[in-house]
Amino acid sequence: MEPRNTSIAFGGFGLGVFTLWSREVVRFLRQKNRVVGALGTPLVFWFLIGSGVGSSFRTGGTHSGDYFSYFFPGMLLLVVLFTAIFSTISLIEDRREGFLQAVLVAPIPRSAVVAAKLLGGMTLSVLQCLLIYFLALPLGLHFSLGSFALVVATLCLLGLALTGLGYLLAWPLDSVQGYHALMNLLLMPLWLLSGALFPPDGSVGWMRAIIHANPLYYGLELLRAAMWPGRSSASLWLFGAITLLFTAAVGMAAVVITDRVRVRHP
Amino acid sequence: MPVVGDSLGEMQATTVAKEIALAVDGLSYAYGKRTVLDRVSFQVEKGSLIGILGPNGSGKTTLFRLLSTLYAAPSGMITLAGYSYPGQAAAARRRMGIVFQSPSLDKKLTVAENMVHQGHLYGLRGSVLRKKVEDLLRLFGLDERARDLVETLSGGQQRRVEVAKALLHEPELLLLDEPSTGIDPVARRDFWRHLFALKEQKRLTILVTTHLLDEAERCDRLLILDRGKRVAWETPSRLRALIPGSVLSVRSAKLLEIEEELKRIWAGRRIRRVDGALRIEPRSEESVEDAMRDAADLLQRFGGDVTALTVSQPSLEDVFLHLTGHHFQSQNEESDGTAEH
Repeated sequence: MEPRNTSIAFGGFGLGVFTLWSREVVRFLRQKNRVVGALGTPLVFWFLIGSGVGSSFRTGGTHSGDYFSYFFPGMLLLVVLFTAIFSTISLIEDRREGFLQAVLVAPIPRSAVVAAKLLGGMTLSVLQCLLIYFLALPLGLHFSLGSFALVVATLCLLGLALTGLGYLLAWPLDSVQGYHALMNLLLMPLWLLSGALFPPDGSVGWMRAIIHANPLYYGLELLRAAMWPGRSSASLWLFGAITLLFTAAVGMAAVVITDRVRVRHP
Repeated sequence: MPVVGDSLGEMQATTVAKEIALAVDGLSYAYGKRTVLDRVSFQVEKGSLIGILGPNGSGKTTLFRLLSTLYAAPSGMITLAGYSYPGQAAAARRRMGIVFQSPSLDKKLTVAENMVHQGHLYGLRGSVLRKKVEDLLRLFGLDERARDLVETLSGGQQRRVEVAKALLHEPELLLLDEPSTGIDPVARRDFWRHLFALKEQKRLTILVTTHLLDEAERCDRLLILDRGKRVAWETPSRLRALIPGSVLSVRSAKLLEIEEELKRIWAGRRIRRVDGALRIEPRSEESVEDAMRDAADLLQRFGGDVTALTVSQPSLEDVFLHLTGHHFQSQNEESDGTAEH
């Protein structure tokens, strides 16, 4: 049973979110290996899959062009996923270290703790993605203000949603090992089956159904539509609405779990 | 099991005029079916230093977590700085400073950054916050380290930052969980000096959990818990007065034989083996002469085998033994009921 926080004034919310968010960002920047890892991994993936493995099979169907460009939005999604995972692993560390305890007994609502975490993960993932995006622009990405806005908005939603998913997994756990197990079991397949690696249209029926049921698919298609208009058949409004709803649902679930699930502190 | 301290009725009668900083009434808590706190009650006057003493598994950690508003108890009442918990959690939290046993500082941030984040969490900001951070760091002798990363500080310095951080919003009530964990004796003495100064200067009410008996001696009043129950709520000196007279302690290579013999000739007295020594509690009414005679008697009987004989005031250790019937430290090795790993 968690104490209810309804009596906590809203005034503490903004400052609380700001301070915890800025701590996330500063912490990230101070750990140089995290910065290198976060930027390096997707680039290695991009190179290996996009040009190395990619040339050994073609995407087929109506898609033209190389796999490299097909894979690009999926790679951005992978960057978001990695950042989300790292941001939420720190939740387990914060609990073990005691930082989280001190935050939980401060006079701020628990939703502020969730909001700061999600916004922190979002900020870091969007910044990394934009860096890669600008590097890739000369390679033939479509660019207009509209498409740029769509890319940023979609990345923001995906950043919130994936950090939220990581949060839901990390909150009840007290060990980083347990988190890795869940990550391999749930988060990586979620990425693999989002249409990031192969298009659903070319796959068998049940696979196509899984991909279409994966909420990440819709965000990914939005990115694809923004970067290569005509390459995606996405209805922007519908896919946008699905991504937004998914993000909102995950965010709310994270607030509920923080409020209701009492976790043992070591 | 004897229970000492005033009953609830008496307490209400005597504390009408006094300011109560913290009140706990009939507090119980269970993990599943295992009860870890069993109807614990006590009231703390403003400005006093209270020690919660108990071996691991006594429920002291659970009590601390309930008081620190980490989670709420299903039964019983908690009033913190005049606000009921969990009903008025936010108001209570604003008036409390809490230092947990596990360090809550972010080691990748500087001392000042940690302080500023804490201030923000408590609604402080801008120049007011900066001034407070400066003042507190100076008070704790840490102003030179403000810009250093926390991970470069010594254990004792980190503990001091923890307390400085907990005092930023000027709480009325300061809760400390095992504050001396992991710091050396010199740093510990230093730490307690700071604590006493605070108590005097700010009329701060301080509640500290400890398993160190020498720390407990410094408190105004002690709450002794054993297996989730309150076994004592008294001042250290009155607790010691529960054992009138002096405690004899014998060291010898032939401890077992001496123990057997003593239990025969002094039947009815408590004789226990503690840390490789026999401790003999005094008779129910005993004068100094009695203790001297007993000591002489002991030496006469076992003189050649005794390596050391001490006559001392009863320690809190003896009191704990007297109250609970078992030894304080030996409990530490038992499985810890509240560790919750």
